[in-house]
Amino acid sequence: MLRYTLKRLLSLSVSLLVASIIIFLAIEVVPGDPASYMLGINAQPDTIAALREELGLNVSAVERYVNWVSGMLTGNFGTSYTYRTPVVDMIGDRMWISLPLALYALLLSTLIAFPAGILAASKRGSVADTLVMGITQLGVAIPNFWFAMLMVLVFAINLRWFSAGGFPGWDGGFWLAVKALTLPAVSLALPQASILARVMRSALLDTLGEDFVRSARAKGLNRRQALWRHALRNAMIPVLTIIGLQFSFLLAGAIIIENVFFLPGLGRLVFQSISQRDLIVVESVVMLLVFAVVIVNFSVDIAYALVDPRLRRRS
Amino acid sequence: MSLLQIDQLNLAIHGTPILRDVSFHLDAGQIVGVIGESGSGKSMTAYSVMQLLPEGSTTTGAIRLNGDNLLDLSEEQMCALRGDELGMVFQEPMTALNPVKSIGDQVAETVRIHRKASRAESLRIARETLDRVELPADRFPLSRFPHELSGGQRQRVVIAMAIALRPKVLIADEPTTALDVTTQAQILKLLRRLVREDNMALMLISHDLAVVSDLADEIVIMKSGTVVETGSAKTLFQSMTHPYTKKLFEASSHVPDRAEAESRTAAPLLKVSHVSRDYALPRTSLFAPPPKFRAVNDVSFQIQQGESLGLVGESGCGKSTLTRAILGLEEVQEGTILIDGVPVFSGHQVRRDIRQKMQVVFQDPYGSFNPRHRVARLVCEPFHLLDRPPRGAARAEAVAEALESVGLDEADGRKYIHEFSGGQRQRIAIARALIIKPKLIVLDEAVSALDVSIRAQILDLLADLSDRFGLTYLFISHDLSVVRSITDRVLVMKAGQIVEEGRTDAVFDNPQHAYTQSLIAAAPRLPDRQEQKEVSQ
Amino acid sequence: MAVSDPSLSEPGLLRQVLRSRSLIIGVVLSALFIGAALVSYVWTPFDAETMNIPNKLKPPNLVHWFGTDHFGRDIFSMIMVGARTSIAVALIAVGIGMLLGVPLGLASAARRGSWLDELIMRGNDLVFAFPALLIAIMITAVFGPSAVNAIIAIGIFNIPVFARLTRGSALSLWTRDYVLSARVAGKGALRISVEHILPNITNLLIVQGTIQFSLGILAEAGLSYVGLGAQPPIPSWGRMLADSQTLITLAPHMALFPGFAILLTVLGLNLMGDGLRDLLDPRLRNARR
Repeated sequence: MLRYTLKRLLSLSVSLLVASIIIFLAIEVVPGDPASYMLGINAQPDTIAALREELGLNVSAVERYVNWVSGMLTGNFGTSYTYRTPVVDMIGDRMWISLPLALYALLLSTLIAFPAGILAASKRGSVADTLVMGITQLGVAIPNFWFAMLMVLVFAINLRWFSAGGFPGWDGGFWLAVKALTLPAVSLALPQASILARVMRSALLDTLGEDFVRSARAKGLNRRQALWRHALRNAMIPVLTIIGLQFSFLLAGAIIIENVFFLPGLGRLVFQSISQRDLIVVESVVMLLVFAVVIVNFSVDIAYALVDPRLRRRS
Repeated sequence: MSLLQIDQLNLAIHGTPILRDVSFHLDAGQIVGVIGESGSGKSMTAYSVMQLLPEGSTTTGAIRLNGDNLLDLSEEQMCALRGDELGMVFQEPMTALNPVKSIGDQVAETVRIHRKASRAESLRIARETLDRVELPADRFPLSRFPHELSGGQRQRVVIAMAIALRPKVLIADEPTTALDVTTQAQILKLLRRLVREDNMALMLISHDLAVVSDLADEIVIMKSGTVVETGSAKTLFQSMTHPYTKKLFEASSHVPDRAEAESRTAAPLLKVSHVSRDYALPRTSLFAPPPKFRAVNDVSFQIQQGESLGLVGESGCGKSTLTRAILGLEEVQEGTILIDGVPVFSGHQVRRDIRQKMQVVFQDPYGSFNPRHRVARLVCEPFHLLDRPPRGAARAEAVAEALESVGLDEADGRKYIHEFSGGQRQRIAIARALIIKPKLIVLDEAVSALDVSIRAQILDLLADLSDRFGLTYLFISHDLSVVRSITDRVLVMKAGQIVEEGRTDAVFDNPQHAYTQSLIAAAPRLPDRQEQKEVSQ
Repeated sequence: MAVSDPSLSEPGLLRQVLRSRSLIIGVVLSALFIGAALVSYVWTPFDAETMNIPNKLKPPNLVHWFGTDHFGRDIFSMIMVGARTSIAVALIAVGIGMLLGVPLGLASAARRGSWLDELIMRGNDLVFAFPALLIAIMITAVFGPSAVNAIIAIGIFNIPVFARLTRGSALSLWTRDYVLSARVAGKGALRISVEHILPNITNLLIVQGTIQFSLGILAEAGLSYVGLGAQPPIPSWGRMLADSQTLITLAPHMALFPGFAILLTVLGLNLMGDGLRDLLDPRLRNARR
């Protein structure tokens, strides 16, 4: 298990390293000099040179890369080209909207998908199964941001159960913040829950056809017991894979959904930075998101090993 | 009244009749062998008793356990019987156990499902049961997982799950088919012991006449969903009233007529000298080089032109690796393989003129052909090796000739492979091997997947072809009886080495090496019908 | 050997009928939208780009079937032209994914365990860590937003999908005896990949292609919604929804119709994919046994 964890950690670090290089290079190829862009066309050459030095742009690309990475490791994400404030301050608060939103949605998605998938698989061919399959078919096809708009129309504007947007901040009380994130999280979660429920159902049906389930039935377990005690844990392996993938989709989705609900999260920051060509912010946000995705995938790998003893083979 | 009485059992799945009027019975302490080829309905009979039939099944008739008709019981009542009064063991031990649960938990589950036993108590019973199936605590603690066990050991765990509560009836569906012959003998011995100890009734289902006849008290022969003959094992093979029983018996012990290979002094066709092949195992340490596994260890032998050589060994002995090396599919680290005096590998490539001299027939008649091509194209594949492959009419003629030589028709070339049965597919595989008239044909378990009656026909065909075309065979098999019937000489391989070599009849009648002796002793034998005294141990 | 006992779970007849019905619905829906996109080249009820401010925000009526938007443009016509953008972006992106992903997967499988395989698979893992949106953000940050960049972003994301699928199924085919026979017949890896592997995975690729096509339409809609996709005045469903957002209480029809267009197209493609899989699978299963 320790070997396995170390191996996964190693591959995690390599992924992050390569991702950081790709992101850095992508931003590198952008034509133009941020310093002259920031100071406008009438700036004096020596002012530009001074700013370049201040921004750390007067050194080689390799040095800049090393500075960027080591800066991020120590919590220094550089200075925004547009606002001249530390990027880390701009990301700080916003991160605590986007990440909790994605996690909230992941939680909801799992909580909806598991019972639905298990129900559909255990009563295959029944009305419940047909219903779950029909609803999920729609759920998979619905664009989450449109679904969010419809939710706003119904639950915020017509029923007035929730506010149509905005975020009171975590200081204003935990539940208030959760309430503000609920509509966005639900609209993110339902399409993903549909996918997950279908994966859960088909993984369970596959596993229910395995020889060891037949062995379990020969021991005297009824269908229900065979499903819960034997099929479910084996079916978790493909389901975990999807959960890992979904997090990255949910994170990306969160960035889009923030627009619908006027949430001041990373999404609004990144789109704003793109239009203002504040590339250092884009660079940092993307790296941060990749970091979150990689960490979640690492957790999924560890979960695999907990589910499947074949992976935690002792050497 | 019998313990288990099957009366006029009929089974249909989605309206298709599978079983018709199946009747037989089992008594306590009795072993009943149910024999049949694929499609005979023998497994479905077993699933009917367990009431574990596929969806859409309808059964009529009666299956009485102690007088209660199982077909009348509710699912809940059946669950109470399964694992308690009725135990079942399946064919494929590699997949019959839940990979994510320890063996202790899986055996204990049988106890916990049926008895109000505590976890500790059920684990204690699981321990006892594993001891009974000869998986001792020091080497097989309850915390072991299935992937840490071999096939034979897993089958013992499956048996332990089935007998933990000492059921009255145990059903074993091809319990040893997936196992090596020595493992098979041990499992059969174990089953026999358990029947004696618990006075259990055992329904032993098998395609292998020899396995069943060794063990069973009563024998039931099935064909196409019906019972064709039943009788006591002692007398059934003497009387054999039904023609199918006779046919089955003859096919099982079939020896094709072959012309005696003339001993030649010419240079060998295939010469293998001091061949070794290592595989790297997963690293155990970051710093040390990965450990190696020597699959083939200093093997040397040769085959003369026109000879039929058998290569026998159990799974993992290195025979597949050796086969791939001879076929030029994999390089070896040490030693040389010469065909007609020319090395198979020159550099890292295999020359076409070397490949032209050998072809292969594989085991699985279903996986041997690209399903998207017509048979004519499939058969022509080796033409790729010719500098000037025949085209047009010449090609069609070559295809026709190849198909006809294996007993098929020219018109079969226009069909797709899924239109053929397993035996026909194996004929097509042979036609494909023959079409460029190679000198050596490697038969890699080529008849192992076939029913006995089909197997007998294919063996006849191979014997006939070798007589007609002077072919040389390298016959690789785990099945001793097949090798015995078709080869002149035999090599016995174990753990990467050849432990015995000699004329086939000499090796079988008077094995020298301890391993060969154990292999031959373990092989199940058919009772001798003509009462000839054949005691070769 | 008795290895061919029927499996313990056979799908019922009813289910098969239901599934073929899903294929029919799927094909009809997909054909409807692809048809609308094609027809839009020669005919739309109104010009999709002509503004008519006095006529703005009209609810659906007999003249403007789906109503008009805040510039008075005809929404029905815009949806027809928008179908063009959506379908083109998604289709080209799937094409990129297949064209690059399938050969990479085949090469990876043909040289399994080699450094090439390792490189391709690690590269795949890396791309998988970036959702299409992140790739699009990177690309637009560098080159500015456009439909072409949306295609590239979705296309890049599709590459590992097809590479993995191809590699996985090709690996199992490489262990087939017919591939070994082809090797004994002296055929090389390239020839075997083209002759024996590719034809036997086309079914899987078609099914996955349909699924990726529908995902591509969703992704394109999402990208244009946040302004990273097709730029005005090219109509696109995602942009139409973005425009409708502030007017949702005033003119809900502006949000409903483009949303339903996306929903039904994606639904149609998914149903078609499911139907195709069930139609193609039995043959696949027979062939593979």
